[in-house]
Amino acid sequence: MKVLRLILRELVGMFIDDGSLATLALLLIVAITAAVKLLALPPLAGGVLLLLGCLVILLYSVRRATRRRSGQ
Amino acid sequence: MHGLTPILSTVAASFLASFVEVVEAFTIVLAVGVTRSWRPALTGAALALALLAALVLAFGPLLALVPITVLQFVVGVLLILFGMRWLRKAILRGVGVIALHDEDAAFSKETAALQQQANDRRADYLAGLAAFKAVLLEGVEVVFIVIAVGAAHAQTFYASLGALAAFILVTIIGLAVHRPLARVPENALKFAVGLMLTSFGIFWTGEGLGADWPGADLALLAIFAVIAVASFAIVRWLRDPKATQGAAR
Repeated sequence: MKVLRLILRELVGMFIDDGSLATLALLLIVAITAAVKLLALPPLAGGVLLLLGCLVILLYSVRRATRRRSGQ
Repeated sequence: MHGLTPILSTVAASFLASFVEVVEAFTIVLAVGVTRSWRPALTGAALALALLAALVLAFGPLLALVPITVLQFVVGVLLILFGMRWLRKAILRGVGVIALHDEDAAFSKETAALQQQANDRRADYLAGLAAFKAVLLEGVEVVFIVIAVGAAHAQTFYASLGALAAFILVTIIGLAVHRPLARVPENALKFAVGLMLTSFGIFWTGEGLGADWPGADLALLAIFAVIAVASFAIVRWLRDPKATQGAAR
């Protein structure tokens, strides 16, 4: 059981380091998926939006980390 | 998707990502081997590899039951999360916000811990356990990377070759130099891997949504280029003291 718990913790840690990065990325994916499936957004436009959204989230996340460090 | 572009990108992503993980596992196994003895080091590592193989054999065939578009979407989403985490860390290390990973420091820390346990009756067991945990935890990441970059387009074989090549190369170099591979440019590798995995993630999530990317497989390279340019621009911007001051305000 200990080994399984260790593996599970490692698996979760692989995807979630900074909680807000993972949350924002998931929200972006959910919003784009909903727009493609429910609002007839062309899938290619969804893909491009996903690319741009990921870059914005990355920028926000590293800027936030830098600001936190500068504020110390 | 069986052109040269996806095969090379699959092998390269799998090789580089696995290389980083194997280097980290090797450091701990080496520390156990040098500080205690090679028997617990190799036994722990072998048991971990056997457990990983059993997990792959048990769960791997289940992937064939998942419809390809669902698999692409799920793997794509996981790769976005995994790749962006690596990329974020590599950028923050690149601009000095967090410390670089130091294999020498990891080796010294593990060696000190093992020396403290030297008089313990269970010293061999604890040393073997340290090697087992290191190989298992880094191995779980390698298994995920191989499945993630390979499964969505039936290229698990090529991804496995990349991982195997990384394992063999690290083992050969490690046995030759007999010390932690501290001179490996780990952050540069993590940066490249973060870029690759995020690109794969966006490409496959898009395909899972039904996107017909222009240029088909070549779109993967275009996505990689866009993310790379943006990431280097972020690093340059954050290295600029004015940007940091602005961010602190």
